[in-house]
Amino acid sequence: MIMTGAEAIIESLKKENVDVAFGYPGGAVLTLYDALYKANFRHILTKHEQGAVHAADGYARATGKVGVVIATSGPGATNLVTGIATAYMDSIPMVAITGQVAVPLIGRDSFQEADIRGITTPITKHNYLVKTVEELPRALKEAFYIARTGRPGPVVVDIAKDVFAATFDYEYPLEVKLRGYHPVNEGNQTVINQVFEEVSSASKPLLFIGGGVNLSDSSSELREFVEQSGFPVITSLMGLGCIPFDHPQFLGMVGMHGTYAANMATTECDLLLGIGVRFDDRVTGLLSDFASKAKIIHFDIDPAEINKNVIAQIRVIGDLKWSLPALMKKVGGVSGELKERVRPWREKVLGWKQDFPLTYEQGKDLVMPQAVVEKVSQLTQGEAVIVTDVGQNQIWAAQFYGFKHPRRFLTSGGLGTMGYGLPAALGAQCGLPDQKVVLFVGDGGVMMNCQELATLADCNFPVVVLVLNNQTLGMVAQWQRMFYGGRYSHTSLKGHTDFVKLAEAMGVTGLRVSEPAELDKVLAQALAVQGPVLVDIRTPETVDVLPMVPAGARLDQMIMGG
Amino acid sequence: MKHTLAVLVENRPGVLTHISGLISRRAFNIESIAAGYTEEPDTTRITIVVEGDEIEQEQVVNQLSKLIDVIKISDLTAVESIQRELALIKVKASLETRSDIINIVNIFRASIVDVSRETMVIELSGDETKIDALCQVLEEDHGIIEIVRTGKIALSRGPIPAKA
Ligand SMILES: Cc1ncc(C[n+]2csc(CCOP(=O)(O)OP(=O)(O)O)c2C)c(N)n1
Repeated sequence: MIMTGAEAIIESLKKENVDVAFGYPGGAVLTLYDALYKANFRHILTKHEQGAVHAADGYARATGKVGVVIATSGPGATNLVTGIATAYMDSIPMVAITGQVAVPLIGRDSFQEADIRGITTPITKHNYLVKTVEELPRALKEAFYIARTGRPGPVVVDIAKDVFAATFDYEYPLEVKLRGYHPVNEGNQTVINQVFEEVSSASKPLLFIGGGVNLSDSSSELREFVEQSGFPVITSLMGLGCIPFDHPQFLGMVGMHGTYAANMATTECDLLLGIGVRFDDRVTGLLSDFASKAKIIHFDIDPAEINKNVIAQIRVIGDLKWSLPALMKKVGGVSGELKERVRPWREKVLGWKQDFPLTYEQGKDLVMPQAVVEKVSQLTQGEAVIVTDVGQNQIWAAQFYGFKHPRRFLTSGGLGTMGYGLPAALGAQCGLPDQKVVLFVGDGGVMMNCQELATLADCNFPVVVLVLNNQTLGMVAQWQRMFYGGRYSHTSLKGHTDFVKLAEAMGVTGLRVSEPAELDKVLAQALAVQGPVLVDIRTPETVDVLPMVPAGARLDQMIMGG
Repeated sequence: MKHTLAVLVENRPGVLTHISGLISRRAFNIESIAAGYTEEPDTTRITIVVEGDEIEQEQVVNQLSKLIDVIKISDLTAVESIQRELALIKVKASLETRSDIINIVNIFRASIVDVSRETMVIELSGDETKIDALCQVLEEDHGIIEIVRTGKIALSRGPIPAKA
């Protein structure tokens, strides 16, 4: 069919089942925006490109679909960079379409020219610069395929301005032929047999679950394995929700702010099955002493993850949708034996769980942040989509919300991007209009993309924004308190901002909680508001996130407390 | 230990920068890298010499393999292979020293590709140690003005190509 490049993009988006794009227009993408207008394609106009890219990310995490973001050349494209890096670190499927200056102007430092392909090369799974309209369909087809298959990730398609207007005979390729890209979905059965041998002879096995289980939607396969094996389970931050928080074998999150039981079980286990994890330094603590008594079996779809940080004795490369059921088939027959064999170990670790639960001191004059999370957990019965920003708010949400389902905890784990939460919540609500979306954010991070409150209001997305307002850059201040002699260099946020007024100025309902007695009522009220709502909750300034493994220490050297 | 990798990549703009960027970001120890066209017009072949233990070398291969434009990587260290590097060496050469330089060149089976009143340019291909040895003699006896070396290229012996 004869059409323009811009029309071809819309057609291709439809073929990829994209029903919404987040973005921001500008000179280089005017023709594309004209085509969006004519096609009446759903597009969410954020207030900043960084908002758009995090929204596309939140949408992708919540729905499992590829998030799509559009930006213009130069500053529009460079405003995407943090969001692309955030998605890359957490393996989120995303396609970013950027306009580039017209072909004759490329390389001349033209107005609004930036080499976004060069800039994003280390933070994308792949990227393209499209200079002729004929290459466009194949580039888009490949971009979506690469973004969503194998280990997912962001792909940038940079398109020269003249390509949008050029006409050609459009045909969308039916299949992708890439000589250098063949994700391994089904691995090697003999490896499964080896794993089974280890699994059936270990006396202190431990399942360590990461974001890969969320990304591959294999939580039900995992749960089955957990049931049949009787093995205790821990998760990384990114693995939360893959197993229900109240599952009797679940010990909690491991790592820097992990539970006593999870960190001690990791230290003591004799077999660690790392499933869809990448052994980040926030998880391992002192790497050389991580799980030093254990054989390690690493399950991942990305062969490059194996032996990157932690040496694995057995590597299970492939989709978890293949490996978990394959292992289950073998385990199913000996389920009773397995459970019996690991019973002493299970009882030991469950004892730790019981003796050292996550706790916190109750506040007197101000609401404790952990209490806010617990209350929200109770009011939403663990069914909400929880989004966080970065800092103490993030870890408290992880520790005290009772997650029941996968893809219901959206947080920037790998890059730790402040300013992620608000736009990501927006994207999640867009993708899941019928779900309750609740954001926990600090008084620092909320200001990093607070302009998106206006987008929430304009789109009438009923996100509940809970500002844990401790008047400080809490997580940084905590490190200053613990490791820098309490010298609070530039972490105080005592200013003049009134978050309630800020929300109201942008069309969002603003509520306030100043003392503990108000919490329950105001939270219930906030959850019942029909549109977007922000609650400014004053919390104490010097609460620490605990337990904590100091950077570079062993997991069993955690500072307890609470 | 040193490994020589034959990396076949799509012949597209940006591939070399992608590879060299990845290598530097991951702090891999790369001794040399040489790229050129192959028997197939859409494929470029890059020879990379990497220094490191087995784990490091596995990481280099795995991380490079992740790049969509990397088609295939073979470790030529594991098979019998021919390894060569080309060097052009410009030495100081006067009327009096020319004949000595010619002698040295002959011993190394190098060749002289340019002569001026004050200099000679010598071409030598061979393995690294041979080139190093020639450079050392020329530097000590005559003085080297400049050197250019291609970095190592390698090809397996026998009928099986790296792309197989
Ligand atoms: C973009 C960005 N800049 C800086 C940081 C470093 N950082 C990590 S946590 C934190 C403090 C966050 O403070 P706030 O948003 O108030 O949340 P709290 O920790 O108090 O919950 C900072 C500055 C970061 N993670 N991201």
